[in-house]
Amino acid sequence: MTYRIQKEARKESLLLNMGPSHPAMHGTTRLMLELDGEKILNAELEMGYLHRGFEKTCEHKTYFNILPYTDRMNYVSPLINNCGYVMTLEKMLGINVPERAQYIRVIMCELSRISDHLTALAALTMECGAFTVFLYKMKAREYIWDVLEQTTGVRMTTSYIRIGGVRADLHPDWKETTKKAINETRKVLKDVSGLIDKNKIFLNRTRDVAVVSPEFAINYGWTGPCLRSTGVYYDVRKAHPYLVYDKLDFEVPLGERGDNFDRYMVRMKEMEQSMRIVEQAMEKIPEPSSPSQLMAEGIEPSEAIKASRVKKVEEKIKLSPNLEGSEKERHKDIMADSKGNVIPPKEDTYTNVEGLIRHFKFFMMDHGIRPPKGEVYFSVEGGSGELGFYIISDGTDKPYRLHLRAPCLHIVSSLEEIIRGHYIADVIPTFGSMNMIGGELDR
Amino acid sequence: MAMEQEKVINDLKNKFSDKIKEISIQFGEKIVVFEKDSLLDVFRFLKDTPYDFDMLLDLTCVDYKGQQNRFEMVYHLFSLSSNLRLRLKTRLPEKEPSIESLTGEWKNANWLEREVYDMFGIRFSGHPYLKRLFMYDGFEGHPLRKDYPLRKRQPKIPMRK
Amino acid sequence: MKGGFITTTFNSMLGWGRKYSLYQYPFITACCGMEYMSVACAHYDLDRFGMGWTRFSPRQADMLLVVGTITQKEAPVLKTVYDQITEPKWVVAFGACALSGGIYDNYAVVQGIDKIIPVDVYIPGCPPRPETILDALIKLQEKVQKEGHEWRWSKKK
Repeated sequence: MTYRIQKEARKESLLLNMGPSHPAMHGTTRLMLELDGEKILNAELEMGYLHRGFEKTCEHKTYFNILPYTDRMNYVSPLINNCGYVMTLEKMLGINVPERAQYIRVIMCELSRISDHLTALAALTMECGAFTVFLYKMKAREYIWDVLEQTTGVRMTTSYIRIGGVRADLHPDWKETTKKAINETRKVLKDVSGLIDKNKIFLNRTRDVAVVSPEFAINYGWTGPCLRSTGVYYDVRKAHPYLVYDKLDFEVPLGERGDNFDRYMVRMKEMEQSMRIVEQAMEKIPEPSSPSQLMAEGIEPSEAIKASRVKKVEEKIKLSPNLEGSEKERHKDIMADSKGNVIPPKEDTYTNVEGLIRHFKFFMMDHGIRPPKGEVYFSVEGGSGELGFYIISDGTDKPYRLHLRAPCLHIVSSLEEIIRGHYIADVIPTFGSMNMIGGELDR
Repeated sequence: MAMEQEKVINDLKNKFSDKIKEISIQFGEKIVVFEKDSLLDVFRFLKDTPYDFDMLLDLTCVDYKGQQNRFEMVYHLFSLSSNLRLRLKTRLPEKEPSIESLTGEWKNANWLEREVYDMFGIRFSGHPYLKRLFMYDGFEGHPLRKDYPLRKRQPKIPMRK
Repeated sequence: MKGGFITTTFNSMLGWGRKYSLYQYPFITACCGMEYMSVACAHYDLDRFGMGWTRFSPRQADMLLVVGTITQKEAPVLKTVYDQITEPKWVVAFGACALSGGIYDNYAVVQGIDKIIPVDVYIPGCPPRPETILDALIKLQEKVQKEGHEWRWSKKK
C-alpha cells in the first residue's frame, strides 16, 4: 500500500515518519515528511487512529444515552460539547430553558474554554522547551477543575448539562471556589506572560513561522481562535448569539499576521475575556428561588413511598447525597417544565403516580424523548472553533443520523500545505498551535 | 437578515429553475434540493459575488436504505459577510454512486470527501487523492451504511484470547 | 522460587531497585491523557514515586502505560512498541477503554488491550481519579518487589 508521498518522492530525498505514538503528535496521528536535509519538501498526514465509531454508535442509542459520548469528543472542554448537543435537541423540541440554568451553562462553558486554552498552550510551550510553563498551567487547571468537581462531582467528563437545563444547582460555596480559581489563573497567566511573551527563543520559533492569510483560512473552513488570529472577525457567540451571551459584555481578540505567535496570543487574550464573562455572570445570575442548603432534613424515601399510598405526603423527603442540588424547590430554576423530555424531581417520583410514570417512561425504550421528524443544524463556539451538530430524526427515540462538524478537521487538513518549505523544527510549534484534539478529529 | 436569505433563494430559483427540485423550511432553516448534475454550477454561482458564500462549513451524507435514490449528500454553506447559512442537498442512486468533487472551489472538501468515501462508498470524480481517511486499507465495506452491522470487527492483527 | 538467604536477599534488593526507578512509556491516545498529565504534574506528583521521567523511546523504558482507547488501526502499532521494549517490562492498562473497550462496543475499537498484550495492573475509571492512579502504581511497585529474578529469564507469554 503506497502513500501519495511515496509516489511523489524524488530520488535523493529522505522519507521520515513521525509515527502514531509520538510525544509531539498530541495523541495519535502519523506525519510523513519528505526531506531535503532539514527542509520539508512534501508532507502527508494520516489520521484515523482514534476513530471510535461515534456516529454509527449514535444511531443505535437513545438521545439520552448519547450524552456521555459527546463528552469524550473534545475531551479538554467537555461541557461545551454537551451544551452543543443539548441545545440542538432543544431547538428541535422547542424547549425554553429557565434563566438561571442558562447562566450556569455559560459559566461552565467558559470555565471549560479556559481549561482548553490552558492545556493547548501548555502543550505548545512544553514542546518548544518551556517545561515550567506546562507545570504552572496544569496547576491553574487543577483549580478550575476543583470548581467543576464541587458542583458536578467529576473533574473532566461530566455529562452535567442535560436536555432542558442542568443536572443540579450550583454548590452553596461556588462563589468562593470560583473566585479563587480565577485569581490563581490570573497569577499564572501573568507569570507565563513574563516568561514567554518577550522570550527571544520562543519568538524566534514562532514569529513569522507558518503565516496564514485570511483568504487561505476562509477557503479551508477555519473557525475559532485560528481564524481570528488571521484578522477575520467571526465568533459564533457574537454572530449567532445563544444562551445569554448577548447580555454579557466581552471582546473578541483578533490577531494581525496569522503566524504561530498570533495563534498563541489570541488564546491568551481569550482566556482573560472568558474570565471577565464568568465574573459578570457571577454578578448577574438570578438568585435561586429557595435558599441554597445542603440536604434537607426530612423523612426517608422508603417511608415517604409507603405513606404516599394512603394520603398525600406533605413532609420533606431526605434524598441521597448524590441528588444534592436537584430537590423539588430548586427544580424550576434548573430544568424546563417539559413533559416527556425531562426527568421529574425525585420527590414527585416517590410520592405521586404521575411523577412515577413520567420517570419510568423517560427511560423506557421507544418512549422518552421523541423529537418530531425533520433535521436541524446548530452550532456553538467550541475551544477550537465552530462545533456544529446536525441531527436527522425520524420520529423514534433514536436519531436516524447524527453528524458532528469537527472544527479541528478543517484546521489540520491544511497542515500539509502550510509546512511545505519550512524546517522540521517548525512542525512542532505549528502543529501545537493548531490545537488538534484526537477525539474530535477522528470522532 | 431574513430578507437577504429570501433574496438569495429567489435568485437561485430564477437562475436554475429547472435544476432546483424543491425549497423547504424546517425549524427555521432553509433547505434547497437540487439535481446532481448541476452541482458545480450552483456552487460556483453561490460562491461568486454578491452572495459570497466563501466558507464550506460541512459536507456529509445520509443513507436512506429502502428508498429509490438511496444516498443523500448534504452541504452546508456559510457567508461571512452577510452572516447567512444555507443547506443544499442532492440525491444519489444506490448503484455506483458518484458525484463531482468540490476540491477545486474549497480546499477543505478534500478531507471531507475522503471521509464520505470511507464511510459510505461514494466516489468523487476529480478528487486528487481519494483514499480512506478513518479506516485502514484492507478494511472491507463502508461502516456508516445501514446494512453494515455495528459490531462486525475486522481485526488487523490476530487477537490473543 | 528457591529459598536460601543469599538469593532471597538478592531478590529483594533487585526488586527494591527496580520498583523505585520505573521508567515509563506513556502511550497516550485519548481523554485519559488529560488525567495522566495532571497526575504527572505538581498537584499529584508522580516524581516522588521515582516515576518522574517519561522516556519516549521503547528501548529506554521498562513500563508501558497504555492510556486511552486503542482502535483496530492502532493495534499493530501497540504490538510493535510492546515488542520493542526490552525485558523486564510491565504493562499497565489505564482507563476503561484500555481495560475492556469502555463505552465503545463497535467495529473500530479493540475490546481491551489484553487481547493484544499481557497486562499486569488494570486501572478502572473513565477517567480514573489521580488517587486511583497512584494507588494502582503503588500496587505495581509491590508486584515488582515480589518478583524474583529467575522468573524473568523466561519470556512472558
